[in-house]
Amino acid sequence: MTSTLPQASAGDAGPPPPSRPGRLRRALALARNTWRGLTSMRTALILLFLLAVAALPGAVLPQRTPSPNAVDDYFGQHPTLAPVLDDLGMFDVFATPWFAAIYLLLFVSLIGCLVPRSIEHLRGIRTEPVAVPRNLARLPHHAESTSDEDPDAVVARARRRLRGWRVAVRSEPGGVRTLSAEKGALREVGNLVFHLSLVALLGGIAAGELFGYEGQVIVMADGSEFCNSGIYAYDSFRPGLQVDGTGLDPFCLTVDGFRATFRPDGQPDSFEADVRYQDTAAVQRGDGVWQEHDLAVNDPLRIDGERVYLLGHGYAPRFTVTFPDGQQRVGLVQWRPVDQATLLSEGATKIDPPGVTDEAQRRRSQLAITGLFAPTSSGGGLVTSVFPALNNPEVAVDVLRGDLGLDSGRAQSIFSVDQGMVEQGRLVRVARENLRPGEEITLDDGTRVRFDDVQNWVSLQVSHDPAQTAVLLAAIALLGGLTLSLTVRRRRFWVRAVPAGPTVPSTTDGRTVVMLGGLARTDRAGYGEEFGRLAAELAPRRTGDAGEPDTEVTGRTVPDPAVPEEVAGDVPAVADDRTAPAREARDDDGEDDDGR
Amino acid sequence: MVVDAQLGQWGDWLFGSALAVYVLAMVLHAVEHGLLRRPEAATEQARVPVAAAGAAGTGTPGTPGTDTPATTDDGGPARPPRSRAERFGRMGVSLTVLGFGLHLAMLVVRGFAAQRVPWGNMYEFTAAICLVAVGAWLVVLRRRPELRRLGVFVLLPVIVLMFLAGTVLYTRTAPVVPALRSYWLTIHVSAAVIASGILLLAGVASCLYLLRAAHETNPARLAWTSRLPGADVLDRVAYRATALAFPIWTFAVITGAIWAEAAWGRYWGWDPKETTAFVAWVVYAGYLHARSTAGWRGRRAAVINVVGFAVMIFNLFFVNLVVTGLHSYAGVG
Ligand code: HEM
Repeated sequence: MTSTLPQASAGDAGPPPPSRPGRLRRALALARNTWRGLTSMRTALILLFLLAVAALPGAVLPQRTPSPNAVDDYFGQHPTLAPVLDDLGMFDVFATPWFAAIYLLLFVSLIGCLVPRSIEHLRGIRTEPVAVPRNLARLPHHAESTSDEDPDAVVARARRRLRGWRVAVRSEPGGVRTLSAEKGALREVGNLVFHLSLVALLGGIAAGELFGYEGQVIVMADGSEFCNSGIYAYDSFRPGLQVDGTGLDPFCLTVDGFRATFRPDGQPDSFEADVRYQDTAAVQRGDGVWQEHDLAVNDPLRIDGERVYLLGHGYAPRFTVTFPDGQQRVGLVQWRPVDQATLLSEGATKIDPPGVTDEAQRRRSQLAITGLFAPTSSGGGLVTSVFPALNNPEVAVDVLRGDLGLDSGRAQSIFSVDQGMVEQGRLVRVARENLRPGEEITLDDGTRVRFDDVQNWVSLQVSHDPAQTAVLLAAIALLGGLTLSLTVRRRRFWVRAVPAGPTVPSTTDGRTVVMLGGLARTDRAGYGEEFGRLAAELAPRRTGDAGEPDTEVTGRTVPDPAVPEEVAGDVPAVADDRTAPAREARDDDGEDDDGR
Repeated sequence: MVVDAQLGQWGDWLFGSALAVYVLAMVLHAVEHGLLRRPEAATEQARVPVAAAGAAGTGTPGTPGTDTPATTDDGGPARPPRSRAERFGRMGVSLTVLGFGLHLAMLVVRGFAAQRVPWGNMYEFTAAICLVAVGAWLVVLRRRPELRRLGVFVLLPVIVLMFLAGTVLYTRTAPVVPALRSYWLTIHVSAAVIASGILLLAGVASCLYLLRAAHETNPARLAWTSRLPGADVLDRVAYRATALAFPIWTFAVITGAIWAEAAWGRYWGWDPKETTAFVAWVVYAGYLHARSTAGWRGRRAAVINVVGFAVMIFNLFFVNLVVTGLHSYAGVG
């Protein structure tokens, strides 16, 4: 990091001429420094932190994507604050440019970090384990003993014991034999797989956003049919960026029935819809062959590339309006539950008078039946629901007559009437009554409104995401890589077998002094134990262990060329480098060496 | 689906007993702290593994399956007799084991009573997290008896959480709604419970690390922390717990996504619960990165770990109780 280019160009070229190469160089230097900065571990950390902070409003504030109604409520409750938050994108956090900027930068950083790391790793796998450090006693784990075998035999025995390790045997002057062993390269592989899977995961999610879609539709459970023939078939539709609504797989289904069971306290016990469906091939053959399926929560219907879900259910009271001239109109639309526990529902069934051709006349005589519906009514004047099943249905309705405002061009909820029309006096209440099935109201002009019975409706969702399987595979690879990288320990083990002599006296009468050293390069526990076992087998007589890592001692071995760089390296100086974790000395196992 | 009310009653009783025993254990640990007159000596004991291992023997006398003898007079160098403080500490550990047994029995009974896995609502979920936290703590104690003095600080959040579970969150034994009736409940929620319990331990260790590290840089401050294990030991406990829990948490998030695909029609929809799980995941990933970034290793990493646990708690309480998400069977939107 210190040998950045601006210094170099200033120093080498004397007074810097405003020449092109100089400027180019400086631009290059800037680019390179920016790149280095972006791909540094510290930047990654800060970006991760930003990502977490940026996602937080998505948990605290209602979001448009999963819950648009909650956003509307929030606007109602905080009329001054909400628009400000809205301008900042706080109700659509995960679609905002700033959120995208953070994760895109993070992924650029990730790729910029991974590519060099992968290359280095490949290189590292092919090179021999590093030579034995000159002074093994300075390593966090070390042991010394004597053996009656000669150095060759000692090393050969160690080699046999270290099956599965990568091993290199070398000679040093004076008949000294050394062995270097390494294990745990899978950790790095795991780390790479993990990070690459993250990139793949993001790619899969993006593909889903581009080519997937999601649509909701409410279908009466009376044999009504739904066909996936286009956007218009849905009540709401959320297309991917590359989906224009044409070319959907045209499967069809009908909902023949719906069953809900509840426990005595009103908690739902099971939901099930009987559906029949024709997949795309059957629709195109047109042979009228339908397959049956029980659609239940947690058990979607998977047809071709689409999945059909049972999202919810509710009730639709059926009203028959008999006009004074004897003509009848049936109103059957879904009312929406306002209380999930008792399925008390509200809604507005809107009816156009039959046979009225005059527009003004029609606007004076439209009808709306609006109010509350209780599947199990409490009885009494004020209708409330005490149980979600259809045990004692009752509606409490207002009948309104006048202009429903359906032609005003404004979007209107199917669950309520246009309050503007009521306030302007263009829609007037003409009756208010509680009705049980079969009961009816007679209006002032002789029109009769009868509450016939109740129909179930189900709310279905159709989802399509062609990249979903790829995302799952990426997630599995991610978890595998992560587990490897957090559980595999990278460790080194060294043996130096020195013939006993004047320089290296044997403490016993053995012929060979055996020195062992070990270094764990990761944070994981347990090398102390493993080293202890190895030492007990390979240098059984007199073992000792440093106990705690002593970074000061290892730090002083810098000038020793035989010491591998991760022992010698000045930790803070290299640690900001991408590959630092692989390079620096890491040995936290001292505490484990309590002899058990 | 039959719900056995009698068994449910037993479960409640066991829950109360476990909580009471934990409180007693915490008091004993607190007395141990109070009796430690000479903090310096205590620190040394905790920091030198050999001495501590010898002095503490096994931290869990009377545990089923503990085969290490509780007595330590098996030769070896002469050792001062067990201090009063130590006796209290060891009693605290014994009671923790007893509490754990009652706690475990409570969840088993509850599971039989409701005939499903006993983490179908927040009460059971919180109780299960606490069980894992205490279990993880006992595992740590078994391997490192010298950490016994952390007992107060591990039991404190457990007791607070269990108290909240038993009062605010309490729910009678009942089967779960259809949306939850899936084998993914077992898989996904178990993973979340296990990860959360272990992360609780990690969060406690990181909190104590911060206090202890402040004391180590300036011995005049927070003198009482000198009775705790050294900052390096606390840091290591936090790291190992997090490194173990993080893949489990990842697994929990992934299985949650698989379940969401089957139940709600998409594998990820930024539901408040999902969002907070993601935030926690990113924070813990940040912790693991910080551990290998110069200048971030010690105190900053610990702060990140504490933040991570705060997000987990936020996810448990705020998102479940205040924000309304999809975590109930949704009607039409
Ligand atoms: C989407 C953002 C990222 C996430 C969620 C993430 C997550 C993780 C996790 C969970 C680990 C722990 C595994 C382990 O300790 O071995 C890890 C390790 C690592 N990550 Fe990332 N990472 C992200 C981005 C990056 C970036 C941008 C870089 C490059 C600057 C990077 C470099 C590393 C390195 C070098 C390690 C190994 C650390 C070690 O050996 O202890 N990561 N990452």
